[in-house]
Amino acid sequence: MRKIAATALLCTLTAGLAACGGGQAEADGPITLRMTTWSANPAHVQLFDSIAAEYKQSHPDVTVTFEALPLENYTTTVTTQIAGGNAPDMAWILESAAPDFVSSGALAPLDDAVEEAADLAPSATALWKQDGKLMAYPFSTSPFGVFVNTDLLKQAGQSLPAGNGWTWDNVVKVAGATAAKTGKQGVVVRDFDYKDWTYLATVFQGWGARAWSEDGKTCGFDQKPMVDAMTFLHQGIFTGKAFPAPGVAADFFAGESAMTIAQISRASLLKDAKFGWDLVPLPAGPAGDYSVIGQGGLGVLRKSENAAAASEFVKFFTSPANSAKLAQFFPPPRTSQLTAETLGKANPLLKPEQLQDVVVDGIANGVVKPSHTGSAEITQAVRAALDPLWKPGADVPGVLRGVCTAISPLLAK
Amino acid sequence: MTVVMDRVDETRSTPPAPRPFWTTRRRDRLTGYLFITPALLGSIAFVFAPLVLVVWYSLHEWNVLADTFDFAGAENYRKLAEDPNVPAVLRATALFSVGLVVLNLALALLLAVLLNQKLRGTTFFRVLFFSPVVVSLLAWTIVWGFLLQDNGGVNGLLGLFGIDGPNWLRSGGTAMAAVVIVQVFKNVGLNMVLFLAALQGVPQELYEAARTDGAGPWTIFRRITLPLISPTILLTSIITVVGSLQVFAQISVLTQGGPGTSTTVLVYYLYQQAFQFHAFGYGATLSVLLFLIVLALTVLQWQMRKRWVFHEQ
Repeated sequence: MRKIAATALLCTLTAGLAACGGGQAEADGPITLRMTTWSANPAHVQLFDSIAAEYKQSHPDVTVTFEALPLENYTTTVTTQIAGGNAPDMAWILESAAPDFVSSGALAPLDDAVEEAADLAPSATALWKQDGKLMAYPFSTSPFGVFVNTDLLKQAGQSLPAGNGWTWDNVVKVAGATAAKTGKQGVVVRDFDYKDWTYLATVFQGWGARAWSEDGKTCGFDQKPMVDAMTFLHQGIFTGKAFPAPGVAADFFAGESAMTIAQISRASLLKDAKFGWDLVPLPAGPAGDYSVIGQGGLGVLRKSENAAAASEFVKFFTSPANSAKLAQFFPPPRTSQLTAETLGKANPLLKPEQLQDVVVDGIANGVVKPSHTGSAEITQAVRAALDPLWKPGADVPGVLRGVCTAISPLLAK
Repeated sequence: MTVVMDRVDETRSTPPAPRPFWTTRRRDRLTGYLFITPALLGSIAFVFAPLVLVVWYSLHEWNVLADTFDFAGAENYRKLAEDPNVPAVLRATALFSVGLVVLNLALALLLAVLLNQKLRGTTFFRVLFFSPVVVSLLAWTIVWGFLLQDNGGVNGLLGLFGIDGPNWLRSGGTAMAAVVIVQVFKNVGLNMVLFLAALQGVPQELYEAARTDGAGPWTIFRRITLPLISPTILLTSIITVVGSLQVFAQISVLTQGGPGTSTTVLVYYLYQQAFQFHAFGYGATLSVLLFLIVLALTVLQWQMRKRWVFHEQ
């Protein structure tokens, strides 16, 4: 009924412009495939376009376009396009939305659309499988590391703690002192901005804290590791002044902070950096060394009129040869390509030991950022319940208990 | 025509033949309908059909990702009644609307009265206060977002006077006030211009007569100006109330409904439900609620006009 109503409405709106008998191109005629992405970075777009151009040589009837959408509203925009009957043929999917997309049946299985699938690291594909079938290809498995502005540290008379000294306690000391001396900010958890708390996993994981249990049913915010981690963070913000306070904007890549926690794909922003910098793994927490990865999947929408052609393109896009090209921006899920040597060729900005420590080891041991079915609603509920934490003198355990009260009914769904 | 005439001649004894179908009256009617057709089609496609569809959707469980659309009857309405977030959302909506309407109308009227004086420079100030109206809403809001940051321009300015300003958008007490004030400055110019036009329409002889009778400025304002511009006050209050209930971009850019849920107004909440949580059916239910609230308030204002609007008495 909805389809009839929507079609009727659409026909009314487009009457005179197009016939309503199904305007899609025939499968054997020329077709245009559209892939939604969250990267408008010219270097990325250039690479995608070159892959699409190469594909066109063997498939002259297929044109592939890339539509870059803003990251903040990415999933919302794609969902709205699907609701409006304008689903993209292929879409990047954020790891936070992976369970929703994978389990809902919105994606077409990709098992036949990935060459040498045995080469894919199981830790990279875990989030993207449903009943043993690969529903999206994790084209980017990007560990978080710490970028350091070495000039700013020097200016403040600080040095970067090394070896066993690379701990959260020391990070807060160095960052706080640098901020106090230079008037810049200390360490910025990039994209957190006191809203998207999932980026805080790069901190609380060091205490062994989890947002929820492995099976997703039990809230982890009121557990001791999380309380300890959040207490540390709270002190770091309001006492140590090592993190920017709520509402304070600071961009590491513009030289406004001593350190930032970000994915290694951000290294491209440092191409023309006017300051000395380093990239190091996340510091050790009380629970020891750890690493956190963010993922991006590439899926074919089942609603696409040209799903078969889209799968065919995905096969080409993710082939070992193209995966190696994409590796300069997006760490690949292919174990054969996850070596410092291979990655080094594509990442001239990073030193081999940085790639080994942060990327190769990071992917091998990494925990994926929190994700859950219905993650948007849960994430929003956590954000609202966490807000009272971000002021001096907050009752940390009390606020965290409140988070669990807010999300437990949602986790149980 | 000739044929008809001939037939009339031949059958003179029978009753007159039926008149041609296209009478002048019918022609006029057709022309009329043809003239309103484009507007009517537009209204059907963009107003009535969506309105009906929203009600239809609200009776369904619609998951876009799973591509399911199942009839749910009153389930979404039951969910609405039991949703623990709704009271807070309605409170935030009421707070925003009342704050905006009171501040906007009071400030617009004050500015209009001040700028209605025959003084040098009033044109400059009229342009100054009206110019935000023509600025893009998003641009305006984004700039204010920067100014209201903890280390932003507003607190920098306050700092010059030794005042340690609050973290406007991040603390529960000030976030709503900040959003309201940003919106008041954005749109006060429009109401100001409407009030100015109304003020200039008040006949001068009434003022002269009042002054002759010994009325002071306040009495003149209360007894003459206010009643005579009351139709404009009705118009601006309806526009402002309806507009305040539909606020979205400002919330989305400045606070995303936070801190906590203190600025989650109804439109933002329905956006979250439908577009972020993929619950389009429940989102549609919330928009039915919004529609009913707007309708009720407008009807109420319209009914109450007889009590205080001059020309309606």
